[in-house]
Amino acid sequence: MAKYQTGLMKTICWAGWLLILSLVSGCSGTSWNNPYPAAESTANILYSSFSERPKHLDPARAYSSNEYEFIAQIYEPLLQYHFLKRPYELVPLAAERLPVVRYYDAAGAHLPDQALSSKIAFSEYEITIRRGMLYQPHPALATDSSGAYSYHHLDSRQIARSNTLADFPLTGTREVTAEDFIYQIKRLASPSLNSPIAGIIGEYIVGFSDYRKELSELQQRQQGDADGSDTYFDLRSYEIPGVELLDRYSFRIRLRGKYPQFIYWLAMPFFSPMPWEAEAFYSQPGLKKRNITLNWYPLGSGPYMLEENNPNLRMVLAVNPNFHGENYPLEGAPGDRESALLERAGQPLPFIERAIFSLEKESIPYWSKFLQGYYDTSGISSDSFDQAVRFSTQGEVGLTDPMIEKGIHLNTAVTASVFYMGFNLLDPVVGGDSEPARLLRQAISIAMDFEEYISIFNNGRGVAAQGPIPPGIFGNRAGTDEINRYVYELHGGKVRRKGIAQAQALMRQAGYPGGRDPVTGKSLILYYDTTSAGPDGKARLNWMRKQFAKLGVELVIRASDYNRFQEKMREGTGQIFMWGWNADYPDPENFLFLLYGPNGKVEHGGENAANYSNPEFDKLFVQMKNMENSPQRQMIVNQMVEILRHDAPWVWGFFPKAFSLSHAWYGNVKPNLMANNTLKYKWIDPELRARQRALWNPPIVWPLLLLLAVLLISLVPAVRLYRRRERSSAR
Amino acid sequence: MMAYIARRILYAIPILIGVNILTFLLFFVVNSPDDMARMNLGLKRVTPEAVENWKRERGYHLPLLYNSSAKGLARVTDTIFFQKSVKLFQFDFGSSDSGRDIGYDISQRMWPSLAIALPVLLVGLLINISYALLIAFFRATYIDFWSVVLCVVMMSISGLFYIIGGQYLVSKLLHLVPISGYDTGIDAIKFLILPVIIGVIGGVGSGTRWYRTLFLEEINKDYVRTARAKGLSEKRVLFRHVLKNAMIPILTGVVVVLPLLFMGSLITESFFGIPGLGSYTIDAIDSQDFAIVRSMVFLGSVLYILGLLLTDISYTLVDPRVRLS
Repeated sequence: MAKYQTGLMKTICWAGWLLILSLVSGCSGTSWNNPYPAAESTANILYSSFSERPKHLDPARAYSSNEYEFIAQIYEPLLQYHFLKRPYELVPLAAERLPVVRYYDAAGAHLPDQALSSKIAFSEYEITIRRGMLYQPHPALATDSSGAYSYHHLDSRQIARSNTLADFPLTGTREVTAEDFIYQIKRLASPSLNSPIAGIIGEYIVGFSDYRKELSELQQRQQGDADGSDTYFDLRSYEIPGVELLDRYSFRIRLRGKYPQFIYWLAMPFFSPMPWEAEAFYSQPGLKKRNITLNWYPLGSGPYMLEENNPNLRMVLAVNPNFHGENYPLEGAPGDRESALLERAGQPLPFIERAIFSLEKESIPYWSKFLQGYYDTSGISSDSFDQAVRFSTQGEVGLTDPMIEKGIHLNTAVTASVFYMGFNLLDPVVGGDSEPARLLRQAISIAMDFEEYISIFNNGRGVAAQGPIPPGIFGNRAGTDEINRYVYELHGGKVRRKGIAQAQALMRQAGYPGGRDPVTGKSLILYYDTTSAGPDGKARLNWMRKQFAKLGVELVIRASDYNRFQEKMREGTGQIFMWGWNADYPDPENFLFLLYGPNGKVEHGGENAANYSNPEFDKLFVQMKNMENSPQRQMIVNQMVEILRHDAPWVWGFFPKAFSLSHAWYGNVKPNLMANNTLKYKWIDPELRARQRALWNPPIVWPLLLLLAVLLISLVPAVRLYRRRERSSAR
Repeated sequence: MMAYIARRILYAIPILIGVNILTFLLFFVVNSPDDMARMNLGLKRVTPEAVENWKRERGYHLPLLYNSSAKGLARVTDTIFFQKSVKLFQFDFGSSDSGRDIGYDISQRMWPSLAIALPVLLVGLLINISYALLIAFFRATYIDFWSVVLCVVMMSISGLFYIIGGQYLVSKLLHLVPISGYDTGIDAIKFLILPVIIGVIGGVGSGTRWYRTLFLEEINKDYVRTARAKGLSEKRVLFRHVLKNAMIPILTGVVVVLPLLFMGSLITESFFGIPGLGSYTIDAIDSQDFAIVRSMVFLGSVLYILGLLLTDISYTLVDPRVRLS
């Protein structure tokens, strides 16, 4: 018994030690669940996350938002969007000023700015860049005392012992020149890089497509691999006729015809400077095998540089010591001053010293870490929406009490994107230009209650669309007079969706009374192609069936994976589908081109998935796309939207609303849905963050002790039984 | 024994070829090279020319299994299957479809996987064997009955529940350890505590029941009766005789999983943000990266075969009656 008691005492002592240890740790102010080193707790660091490793960090290849999150802070294109002003306004970034555009006719004669688009054969963009911009410290630019590059002729031993860029201790820099921008434009043409904009740019920049063909032939002759990084191909030796170097700080781009949207492309990382030394360095044989490529280790001149590149764990951006400097905007949109967005006006950027992005694939830990203060900002998933957001009886959006108590802020903005339900216009039932098909599409447009869809499946995060152009983009018209009268009507001064009786009447006119197919005498069967086949999608698909059932139509779901779905779209074998589009730039052309005939997916491989083609619309599109924003352009857009509403190639769906949360210590948060380089404007109050984290995360140890006690108590009967058995005589 | 090992290695070759063919067929039934190209090139503004370029650069422009336009042996060798498979058998995993060196990635990511799997295995063994011995000791009592009930209940609960419940309770409510994440070196410990505890608890039900069965089987054998007849205490019988003899199936069961510890856990790594090989495989499947999927399946097969071979060898070490011939 004494032995048993000694053992129990030992356990109690251990439990006591654990308690003391926990109390000591608790008093030390360091939270046990802090995933970051304690030394960082008051550092000027932003903590954020990413859910998917970026595929490309090369500005010629990157095109998705999770890639831009990093490279937009590292590379500096010629232009950028003003952080605060709305509607979105382009301002110079690497450029000294906005480009000067000149127009010429086919004979080369200079034309006035107001010249008709049809007369303009060429446009010339003359661009002058800032002086004194330096690249980040980088081994590719390191030179020895004689000026020779330190790492451009690596031997196999040097390569063998290098696993990251940090294994090259020497770094160097040099000034950004106009030639670097030209070099990058040439890279866009390189077939081995597969730049996503090579096609569109090739249509406009003079000589770009021929240059691409020439490169293709040359590169095929020269052995290369996927990244073209095992053999250096010096693009400086070959020139694009439409891109001309004027002097060290200026160059000229010559476009075919007039293309006002070109200026928006200049604000994307595709048009960032790239020193030839970067490619010369990274293309050395063996470096790719060590995963040291330009696609993984950027070389930019922006406010930040990639300090740690471990996409399996975290990506760390640190301030570029060679950053040329930029100041916070002096003016903004109305209300910005009241929202404290101009408190740091004129101060040098960037405010945050480092940004740590941790890989976080699952939404539960991500959300928990945000609530614990370990992420400074967060989106809101559907799972946590009710926990964070509530709607007032008037339908106004607000935060729940626990969020308000934590000092969390809610930021909302309608995104520059559209989510729509499309009809395949090549389909014999829902497609075509016939009146019955049009009426059928209009009836479905009424029956598809997207207000309900937004409320049920998007937690109210969206605005039902009246056409293809989202709010905030030139061409979108707000107000009750600008509604889609084929789907909505005014009732007591309020806009409401037409009643189902009107949709049923359209069905009768279309030749489907009560939704019956006159050929079979049974319910008309339509097919919906979707990728959402899982348990999450079931409710959504049931809802879809119900919408069609209102018209007496039977909707058959054809679920497949995304590959097969895309294949159906490419081959035109789908009938009804849902898809979306995120704007590249804030211009109506970037939405209306989704319905432009020559962009038809089946025939031309373009983005017009509905394969809609209307000669009148196409004619107006060609006219509109080359115009500057003006009342005349608005008129044409109105005509185009009206044609679309009448033809109903899409059920207009909705424009999603982005909701994001930020903690009280995270400042200058203003949604800017076009700009990606906004990290430099943000600030952090690390002291407040450290205090709040300590307050929110005190370790709670007593349940552990209780559990231990329960375990010990549960052992008592076992010990008794054991002792009784040991004392008993053999049976 | 050497002849046996050599023969087993030779047997492994057709198995690996079979696994490789199956992986290849299953992958390309679902994904075509065009799909892979589009997935890698992004969702916007992907031109047919870019798709063709991508495929050509990575060798996916060739026919899958048979090249009817080639002549002679090239009909078989100028195919995606042959080109992609031959190097695997030299353990040259090549580059992923996104351009990263797979061998390097595996060498980096196997350690975090091992950092979870090894403690889970060792601590789990210790707890499960101890608990099973305890139950065996108290066999046919209410402790045995309720322990078996507890084990069945624990076995019936989904692993995902343990993970989410554990994260909620330990990290979110009690604030004892970080809810997810990872770090290198000594800093990794605080991130490993919770996944290891959850891994151990998740395996207690099935592990304990399995070991209990082994112990009870041994307990009813003649040598145990003899030991008791000699007057040995139940404790000595259990720890000296039963445990030692039950170690043979335990040991072989452990040896077979040892090589697979490197492969990691798909769900645990994903939920805890551990950059191991489990999440590597999941990511590759999501991004339709055939090069990684192929390599990981091949590596898993090799390790499994190695595990079986080691098991056979370990039999001979722990049981002198077994001879490999």
